[in-house]
Amino acid sequence: MAKVSPMEIYRLLPGTNCKECGEVSCMAFASALIERKRTIEDCHPLLDEKYRDKRKKLEAILTPPVKEIVIGSGSKAVKIGGEEVMYRHELTYFNPTALFFDVHDEMSSDEISERITRIDHFIITRIGQDLRLNGVAIRSRSGDPTKFGEVVLSVMERTDLPLAICALDPELLEIALEIAVDRRPLIYAATRDNWEKVGKLALDHKCPLVASSPGDMQGLLDLSQDLLDMGLSELVLDIGSYPLGDRYGQMLENLAALRRMAIERNLNLVGFPLIGVPMVAWQIEKDDVKASMMEATLAATQMLRYCDILILHSLETWSILPILTLRQNIYTDPRVPIQVDPGVYTIGNPDEESPVLMTTNFALTYYTVAADLEASKVDCHLIVVDTEGLAVEPAMAGGKLTASLVKDVIVSSKVKDLVKHRKIIIPGMAARISGEIEEATGWEVMVGPLDSSRIGGYLDQNWTVS
Amino acid sequence: MRLEDLISSLVDAEELELDNVEIDVDELILELKQSPPMFIPRAKKVLKEKERIKFEHPIKEYKGSIAEVQIGATRSEGGTREKVVKIGGQTTLYQYEGGHKNRPVVSYDVFDLEMPSFAKALREVWQDYWSSPAEWAKEAVKRGADMITIHLISTDPKIKDTSPREAAKTVEEVLQAVKVPLVIGGSGNPEKDPLVFEKAAEVAEGEMCLIASANLDLDYKRVVEAANKYGHNVLSWTSMDINDQKTLNKLLLECGLPKERMVMDPTTGALGYGIEYTFTLIERMKDSALKGDEDLQNPISCGVTNAWAAREAWMNEPRWGPREYRGPLWETITALTVLSAGADVMMMLHPTAVNIVKNVISSKSGEVDSPEFKYEDWLKI
Ligand code: SF4
Repeated sequence: MAKVSPMEIYRLLPGTNCKECGEVSCMAFASALIERKRTIEDCHPLLDEKYRDKRKKLEAILTPPVKEIVIGSGSKAVKIGGEEVMYRHELTYFNPTALFFDVHDEMSSDEISERITRIDHFIITRIGQDLRLNGVAIRSRSGDPTKFGEVVLSVMERTDLPLAICALDPELLEIALEIAVDRRPLIYAATRDNWEKVGKLALDHKCPLVASSPGDMQGLLDLSQDLLDMGLSELVLDIGSYPLGDRYGQMLENLAALRRMAIERNLNLVGFPLIGVPMVAWQIEKDDVKASMMEATLAATQMLRYCDILILHSLETWSILPILTLRQNIYTDPRVPIQVDPGVYTIGNPDEESPVLMTTNFALTYYTVAADLEASKVDCHLIVVDTEGLAVEPAMAGGKLTASLVKDVIVSSKVKDLVKHRKIIIPGMAARISGEIEEATGWEVMVGPLDSSRIGGYLDQNWTVS
Repeated sequence: MRLEDLISSLVDAEELELDNVEIDVDELILELKQSPPMFIPRAKKVLKEKERIKFEHPIKEYKGSIAEVQIGATRSEGGTREKVVKIGGQTTLYQYEGGHKNRPVVSYDVFDLEMPSFAKALREVWQDYWSSPAEWAKEAVKRGADMITIHLISTDPKIKDTSPREAAKTVEEVLQAVKVPLVIGGSGNPEKDPLVFEKAAEVAEGEMCLIASANLDLDYKRVVEAANKYGHNVLSWTSMDINDQKTLNKLLLECGLPKERMVMDPTTGALGYGIEYTFTLIERMKDSALKGDEDLQNPISCGVTNAWAAREAWMNEPRWGPREYRGPLWETITALTVLSAGADVMMMLHPTAVNIVKNVISSKSGEVDSPEFKYEDWLKI
């Protein structure tokens, strides 16, 4: 539905503007549907029998070209796919790439415990969001069904995170599925050789299934078709993962082509989430550091090329942190500016003689200013004004940065208890309201540089307490 | 045995011997010719080969294309470079669509000053070369530089106020020390930069350097005039705003800068600190350019080095793991993000990051073979 207009949707709505959906009009509801802020069910009148055909059409139009697939059950279940656009600026990306980490059936029970605990409890907080890992990929290394069953069971006892069951032998998969079926695991994988049996397993257990055709696009199309013909409807596509060399280049091109075929060509066969396995890096690199580095590199490029789920091995924070950060960045909704909480923040080790600076609560502005201040080794108090998530310039233009808002935060943050002086340095771009701020707050206003990168030099020249 | 089984066994059989068989049908016609009856193989064929969708790469038509820009000039072209760099020139968005003739390049940052503020991982690599930009540049070439960016930051009145004449000497030294193309960077001081660029452009006459940069805050006209007079390219730098970028590009072209002498820099936010803006800006710029927006049809350069402003790259924070790995990886992933969006030049600092990024670039262009391994063996690692 990438290119639907609100008008097209509007035509299929009751058109009575009854407001039951919580929107002011059917037209507003149409826009909200496109932006996925509302669902069809929110329009109660539409449930009426007389709108049946329209509702059906609406459902068809609103189904994303990349199907949304749920892995796992319960509160930790993870959604992947559901994407509607190739590029963020066309709308937004919806479901962040799920990150699964592996264990196998020849790991000692201590090792499994340790890894599961790490996967389950890993958390990094950035820009007010908790970034976490999403699931466990259990693979059969031994090829022994009993061992595989045991490891699946022991993982399930230790975590309720979503699972991926990974083996190519249908017998192994069957054992694991019998045990884990209630968890709705992702099955890895159906191939050209095993698809009839594995497809049947997925069908019988109602679990999502990876269709794997490494390096072979025609093979992937055929496999997907065969599986769909069997009656399966929840696939994840695997075109293979290659960390380096010509096949790496082809992989990236193939991933882009698959997503374009799904979104811009409406080819249902490939309208499914994509999977990458960055842990193949460990096949090539034996050194832990180099392998982690290669794995992270592959993971980043696969994520940037539409992979909706990745299977990784390294649990080193230094290699996971950039991947989590990239995911947070890329999946940030470009329509909503991210914000930090208004208030006073501490940069370095300020004391009561340190300067007080002011900026806005647009997260990028805040973090840029904070990074600049830290880079110039400034100790200070940084006041963040609630400009509804706008940077200084647009906030000034839009009247969202006013003297009374500055006063509000000076009062609520109790910054006056932190310093002896009564001076505040405002961004150069807010110079226009310096007089008003002085009047409203009673503080002496100093107009800082236009760009926070020059703040260090500015303070050297201009800051004295008396 | 069911009749169907019997018949199908006939399909591939050359000889059939019925022994001890009871045939229980109303009527049976066995046409025993050279080949079995035609209807059987056909029925089998239909079962075997269903209608398949044939894979074809989804190709698009594009109205516009990106200008190709050459940086560096050989002797025959009026310079002294042994290698030149060509960037841009794309006529399609994806490589598989056939319109990518030049590969992205890496330019190493070199400064005309000691850089004590460098992150530890960078100090360890570069501090031996701080005393001499020429030596620094040589080492950077050894470490894989396609180009060198000499940042004349000491010219900033607030730093050392090095004179334009002095700065131009540094440029000459670097030009003599290395044979790769040069990017000439200023200090960011809007009053001083045009003066520095004029002198630098003069001593580098004919070398087709990239002057970095012209922006809306300074006298860009002077920068363009110097570039045109001495035969250089100009970097059009704006601050994360596509409309500003269009405006500045237009202004520079109006000043007489030839289109194939302009590179754009929309500003690179570090991973974690605004990279999503840069990523999306680059995608939008490439998209608009290929759709025909003439104000954006130039190659893109990215200051990937900004990655080191992120505390995750440099801070000594044990919870995040060793920073000697974290820093280079932070720069690597910042580079790969802009590369994925469509960057043509990446200005970088850490050799580990540069190595990985250059490997990725040659992998993408299919120049190196993948290591031998079976993908599905990851299950058995
Ligand atoms: S509930 Fe339905 S009919 Fe009523 S205003 Fe909303 S969209 Fe229109």
